[in-house]
Amino acid sequence: MLKDLFNKKSYITINMYEGGRSPISNAIKPEDKLAAHTAKEQKKTERISARVRIRTIIDEGSFQEYDTDLEAWNPLEFPDYPQKLASAMAATDEKEAVITGEGKVLGMGCVIGVMNPSFMMGSMGTVVGEKLTRAIEKAIEKKLPLIIFTASGGARMQEGILSLMQMAKTSAALARLAEEGILYIAVLTDPTTGGVTASFAMLGDIILAEPRALIGFAGPRVIEQTIKQRLPEGFQRSEFLMEKGFVDKIVIRENLKETLAAILKIHSIGGEHNVSSPRI
Amino acid sequence: MYHHLEFEKPISELENKIVDLRKFAEENNIDLNNEVNILTRRLEAMKKEIYSGLNPWQKVRLARLQERPKALDYIQKLFSDFIELHGDRYYGDDGAIIAGIGMLSDIAVTVIAHQKGRDLEENLSRNFGMPHPEGYRKALRLMKQAEKFKRPIITLIDTPGAYCGLEAEERGQGEAIASNLLHLSRLKTPIISIVIGEGGSGGALALGIADRMAMLEHSIYSVISPEGLSSILWKDSSLAQRAADIMKLTAQDLLQLKVIDAIIQEPLGGAHRDIQVVTENMREYLLGELRILSRHSPQVLLDTRYEKIRSIGAWK
Repeated sequence: MLKDLFNKKSYITINMYEGGRSPISNAIKPEDKLAAHTAKEQKKTERISARVRIRTIIDEGSFQEYDTDLEAWNPLEFPDYPQKLASAMAATDEKEAVITGEGKVLGMGCVIGVMNPSFMMGSMGTVVGEKLTRAIEKAIEKKLPLIIFTASGGARMQEGILSLMQMAKTSAALARLAEEGILYIAVLTDPTTGGVTASFAMLGDIILAEPRALIGFAGPRVIEQTIKQRLPEGFQRSEFLMEKGFVDKIVIRENLKETLAAILKIHSIGGEHNVSSPRI
Repeated sequence: MYHHLEFEKPISELENKIVDLRKFAEENNIDLNNEVNILTRRLEAMKKEIYSGLNPWQKVRLARLQERPKALDYIQKLFSDFIELHGDRYYGDDGAIIAGIGMLSDIAVTVIAHQKGRDLEENLSRNFGMPHPEGYRKALRLMKQAEKFKRPIITLIDTPGAYCGLEAEERGQGEAIASNLLHLSRLKTPIISIVIGEGGSGGALALGIADRMAMLEHSIYSVISPEGLSSILWKDSSLAQRAADIMKLTAQDLLQLKVIDAIIQEPLGGAHRDIQVVTENMREYLLGELRILSRHSPQVLLDTRYEKIRSIGAWK
């Protein structure tokens, strides 16, 4: 079954998106379907919750969630933070702005972290940093590839300097993952900004992005205030980042699972296998 | 001329009074030594009281003070034979970051620092100490060079933050910072960071992954500026003072939160009152810690650095 998916359907759908830029290959289906995809990729992709995202990426029944009990508290005694956390929990039915765990993508195992843009704007406090770091360490321990979906307004200011240090923590863990030769795919979704952009979002071996997602270090409003002029249309969108060389590929949501599976497959048969087997 | 901060006003008034009294005594040839001594003692007590009880906002003001020594002032005093090295080899040379090699006593070191301007003209060429991506890439290039030649790295942090501009985004500000965080965590050479003034968010952190992290007594380090926080919280950046009170951004707060390892003492009134004192305190700290760190094998160094970064955070 897996073979079928790779030999036919998935490669076709992956190519579909590239149709806009590169010559259309023979594999691509009728024009009308292409047009529909092109229209879709120009539209900003709607934000979805981390739970829904996991359902769309991870094979049914294969997801095992990590660290479900980890909950933020108020280390700086920041005013109203506990209330903000409580209402975010009530609104999202989640305990924090990231879900981590392991599962399968078209049969291939991976560790996955997915940020939730609707939980306090997906901001990274110490629990987000800790859950992701533990997930990275699990990937090292189990020698599994890692996928992180980013969606964040940046560091969580209510946890002050401790939030900032989560950038260091996640990046240091990713450095260890890299030394072990384990694949890390970052998938940037709307919005990915601030401390998340300046840490794990930009550290993927392969960086994918959803169409039209806002991706940047500083937010557009802050930049406009700094330079005292309006930003050009499309600035800090996925397409802009790809043009500037910071994103490997833009993938529409419908094709994400197949694209991730294709990347995982290529990496599962690379490396030592390639070196030891004779070439034709 | 030094501009007094508002909380220093009683001090400067008393200082002026003493000057006047001395002048009066001299001009009229009368002995007022006793009175002068009393006032001088009162001045010392007042200074101690004011400077040891600074509130967070007063610390912010002091940390950003124009007269406060900047990285180059310390570099000139701390390192002999300092040679500045320029450029990231990809795009350009960023004046907001100074990098170079030199001697700390008898140890060859690589020095990386944010440089704020000492006046408006220098500030324009230094972009007020706010680096572009090429600044971070220059830093990384020279930190890797330090590893190659087994030189310890010393970083001095003093920035309002990484620059938030159009070109900075185009050239990958996020990527540049992220890349530094990742690589610094694995550099097989000792790294010591000292916040000398303002530690502004990710732009500071990109030079602040270290085996030892210290702050000067009146420096600050935070995830966002007090102005930024107050404009988010209350849509009013003029409430920065209130924001500073809740942020836990002073050196003393950060020591308590175990984010830093040490506080380096400044003279009464701040580093600008006597840079020599601060420099000697910095030198003593750097030499002492380098002596300890140089005994570690690279593996122990990296494992300890990882654990140090790994352990920061708090949850239920």
